[in-house]
Amino acid sequence: MSIRILYFARLREDMGVPGEMFEPPARVDDVRSLRAQLVARGGASAAALGQGKAVRVSVNQDLAHDDTPVKSGDEVAFFPPVTGG
Amino acid sequence: MTVRVQREDFDIGAEIAAFRRADPGIGAIASFIGLVRDVNEGDAITGMTLEHYPGMTEKALAGIVAEAKSRWDIVDALVIHRVGELKPLDQIVLVVVTGAHRGAAFAACEFIMDYLKTQAPFWKKELTAQGARWVEARASDDQAAERWSEPQAK
Repeated sequence: MSIRILYFARLREDMGVPGEMFEPPARVDDVRSLRAQLVARGGASAAALGQGKAVRVSVNQDLAHDDTPVKSGDEVAFFPPVTGG
Repeated sequence: MTVRVQREDFDIGAEIAAFRRADPGIGAIASFIGLVRDVNEGDAITGMTLEHYPGMTEKALAGIVAEAKSRWDIVDALVIHRVGELKPLDQIVLVVVTGAHRGAAFAACEFIMDYLKTQAPFWKKELTAQGARWVEARASDDQAAERWSEPQAK
């Protein structure tokens, strides 16, 4: 299973990379389980994506939530609340 | 429907003239222009950088315009949003809604801006004398978008 992860704005800076290909060590069904495995790596991932952080998510370029399904080949982006306009 | 994300500035008059296309069925045009201010949260702002999520941005804006067209009896809507380096006085965003009458055009224009503010993947980083900082999302923007979740009369 391989998931394309993207980071934007403050999260991109906190992670130190604009994105990565992530191969979860355990099963991923949805945004919640994907995020948990990213956080479990510790370091910048835990700091940027851990609980209590204001993080928004999209799956395949649609706004998503914790229960949104994630499958191999999906594009999942993590970013702060948006501030355009 | 037209949605554009671009670095270049836009000419409001030229954009509106092109968008109405001499359609005599249009009796009302409502527009909104967002501008860069020189102050935010009490600090002087000398510039800002607008980041976005290429691909998702266009998809999100097209979805918002489609939703507006389904809710109100309007002819069409145009959204132009700039990205990259901007400075105070610069234009950031243009929304133009055409319709037969003003009521639907005003409402749809406000709806598009409220949803753009809370759903379209743009992020502002502003430059102050103390350095660059990311702009925090405002609860008032969420509340502004929230009021449209009630069913609206056409």
